[in-house]
Amino acid sequence: MIRIISILVGLFFGVALAWSFVVGAVTFAQEGKPETAEHAFHEYPKDLHLASDGAFGKFDRQQLQRGFQVYKEVCSACHGLKHVAFRSLEQLGYTEPEVKAIAAGFQVPGLDPNTGEQTTRPGVPTDYFPAPFANDIAARAANNNAIPPDLSLITKARHDGGAYVYSLLTGYQDPPAALLQEFPEAAPGTGLYYNPYFPNLNLAMAPPLMSDGQVTYGDGTAATVEQMSKDVSAFLVWAGEPTLEKRKQTGWPVLGFLLFATVLAYLAYRSIWAHKKAKH
Amino acid sequence: MAENAVTGTPEEMSGDGVRRRDFINIAAVSAAGVGGVAVLVPLISQMAPSADVLAASSTEVDISSIQPGQAVKAVFRKQPVFIKHLTAKEIAAADAVNVGSLRDPQSLDERVKEGHREWLITMGVCTHLGCVPLGAGEGENKGEYGGYFCPCHGSHYDTAGRIRKGPAPTNLEVPEYEFTSDTIVQIG
Amino acid sequence: MSFPWAKEYQPSHPTMRWLDEKLPLPRLVYNAIGAGYPVPRNLNYFWNFGVLAGFCLMLQIVTGIILAMHYAPNALVAFDSTEHIMRDVNWGWMMRYAHANGASAFFVVVYIHIFRGLFFSSYKAPREMIWLLGVVIFLLMMATAFMGYVLPWGQMSFWGAKVITGLFSAIPLVGEPLQTWLLGGFAPDNAALNRFFSLHYLLPFVIAGVVILHIWALHIPGSSNPTGVEVKTAADTVPFHPYYTAKDGFGLGVFLILYCAVLFFAPNALGHPDNYIPANPMSTPAHIVPEWYFWPFYAILRAFTQDFLFIPAKLMGVIAMFASILVWFFLPWLDRSPVRSGIYRPLFRKFFWFGLIPAMAVLFYCGGAPAEEPFVMLSQIASLYYFAHFLIILPIVSAIERPDPLPYSITEKVLGEDENSALAPSAVPVEKSDAAPAAS
Repeated sequence: MIRIISILVGLFFGVALAWSFVVGAVTFAQEGKPETAEHAFHEYPKDLHLASDGAFGKFDRQQLQRGFQVYKEVCSACHGLKHVAFRSLEQLGYTEPEVKAIAAGFQVPGLDPNTGEQTTRPGVPTDYFPAPFANDIAARAANNNAIPPDLSLITKARHDGGAYVYSLLTGYQDPPAALLQEFPEAAPGTGLYYNPYFPNLNLAMAPPLMSDGQVTYGDGTAATVEQMSKDVSAFLVWAGEPTLEKRKQTGWPVLGFLLFATVLAYLAYRSIWAHKKAKH
Repeated sequence: MAENAVTGTPEEMSGDGVRRRDFINIAAVSAAGVGGVAVLVPLISQMAPSADVLAASSTEVDISSIQPGQAVKAVFRKQPVFIKHLTAKEIAAADAVNVGSLRDPQSLDERVKEGHREWLITMGVCTHLGCVPLGAGEGENKGEYGGYFCPCHGSHYDTAGRIRKGPAPTNLEVPEYEFTSDTIVQIG
Repeated sequence: MSFPWAKEYQPSHPTMRWLDEKLPLPRLVYNAIGAGYPVPRNLNYFWNFGVLAGFCLMLQIVTGIILAMHYAPNALVAFDSTEHIMRDVNWGWMMRYAHANGASAFFVVVYIHIFRGLFFSSYKAPREMIWLLGVVIFLLMMATAFMGYVLPWGQMSFWGAKVITGLFSAIPLVGEPLQTWLLGGFAPDNAALNRFFSLHYLLPFVIAGVVILHIWALHIPGSSNPTGVEVKTAADTVPFHPYYTAKDGFGLGVFLILYCAVLFFAPNALGHPDNYIPANPMSTPAHIVPEWYFWPFYAILRAFTQDFLFIPAKLMGVIAMFASILVWFFLPWLDRSPVRSGIYRPLFRKFFWFGLIPAMAVLFYCGGAPAEEPFVMLSQIASLYYFAHFLIILPIVSAIERPDPLPYSITEKVLGEDENSALAPSAVPVEKSDAAPAAS
């Protein structure tokens, strides 16, 4: 009895699936797969090699400082970094007074001690990077209806995040003729910029790094667009996960110990079973 | 565990075999023990103050507007700090006490910075059980010795913040601080 | 319970003797996972995964309690408090990665454990109750994992909560009010987040309770084994301690190496980048998928694209998704073959390796792929096989199959001979399942 019921239930699901399959297959055969501009022209991030990559990766602090400079002088006008506190910049190799000076260079929200009104004050190391806009509405109004995302986690919030940021910054170009021909509606509208590394190809952010020498590096590195893009990507990888280096450095001793302990456990297992495995 | 492992297997073995098996089992169980203890380190230290809490443990206060006889409450490590501008009378009263007769013998000079004798900076935390004493605010009860008075269990502190009467065991704690200028004090 | 030759607990120290008289806890442990529990001597490494699953549950409870010390279940600050854990709390990053990857590890282990049960028919008499409780544990795990994924309040958390509670809206008449009730609102918000946190904290302890029942039920017939032949004599068994404690210790070491390799060197590999974007009720990510361990069931859900008879496609998908797990509850009565182990079942084995396993692999892959062709058609074929395997093929195969000859006993299988076998009838082609409980 139970077999008959189960076979009937099985047939119920089977026929429903077969019906879905047939309808889907017929539709697919007739219409094919609709091609989209994103599918045809979106590109995966370029290769980017950073010192922090790989199982032995360590941050290149010189590069992080350069990247921070690019963030401060270029990106921070529109993009916040709200999960990063100024105090964490000491991890980039800045001294305490330097961090104090950097923090004081940013205006953070505060209260007037006499009137209690909202105002701004110079930042201190315990403050977090301030948001460049008071709220989302202000951000939209100032940016052609697009909200510039906070960058604290941008490298973790995108596939292959560091390379994504780098590719986006260096990927601006004119829309290819083939795109305009095949998908006229995908042409960048007013205030949009074609960038094949952006998921929907059209980015509301104007190319932020326009020319070599846009920032002047203190360490004498030539500030090409390429170099600045790499540096700021490296900085944002750090900002996304400041504990990355400690994580990798902790991993090796842990794995080493586990390997040692597991070998011992195996030997103990073998010795305990020695007289049970084979015939006496 | 290791001993059990050995006694639990009934096979008879040569002396040599027993020693080797013993050693391996003890080593394996010890390694597991070491690993278990090592795991306790993060499990315990995660409850210690986090980086943002530790970073907030330094406060700068502008003292230029505090008149003699007045005090302000600043916040240091989420606790009140009393910054009191002593009057000449209060200094004299503190100096007049015989230090040797105190429960926690300290002179005023030991509790203030040189050159800034009129600035008494102490934690606003009673050393008995942690209440905030009265006496820093305008018109509050300053206790029998003109300093601070803790209403929880009745501890009286004098003008130098020293315990004079009541259950508190020690004087009000003086935090680490320094004058970064004549008008700015950095606590912590 | 257990076998007549099981060793009895003999407290040697007076303190233990005193404790044993008042509260026989050491005796309980001794009989459950100590020398007092005789276990078949021929278990292979697939039998390690029960202990590993128990370890994973403990790992999740410990790391979870720690995370709850720092996490704030409020829609305004949940995301920020998660980042606070990652950046500022001492070892917080390790605790969070350990918990997030611990969930994945738990599912890997449990899937292998279930696979073991399916191949070696661990669900058959006299072990039906162990299997049924196991399915309950798996359902509870899925609920717990889903609610835990909502807590960081990222984009995937939010849309996961919306989509999964949306499944209930497919139920006729009560569906919509039911979803609103589950969420405590019309979309996921603070009310939903708070109740998910509360239940996410509660359910693991419910799981732990059912695990105790699962182990209790296991100790009545004793463990199964790769031959599927029941234990006959003391020679077929070894005491759990030290034999299997040692083997489980080694297995745990291997597990920890793999787990820590992911935890320290690729902790985000199994997650989804979108969950590092704070929840935004105004915008759905382009490609939403659940965590990998839900993919097969998600693929089944999406495989039903057409209304069938009077049932709308949406409801059909939901019914099928739940049915795909509920069918496991009936397994002990669908597979009627008296032989347990797949090793001695030539026909079953073919369907298992060349049918069920590829179908599961396809469902895993398609569940994580976008809802477009050819993935939808592939998951339709795979789902079709999945239901056919359990509901049609297993009942028929178990009726018509001619199993290979079974060894006389576990001892004969291990040592090549068993002196007792001479006393028994020479040909023992099939061991009747209801003749098995030599244990009770």
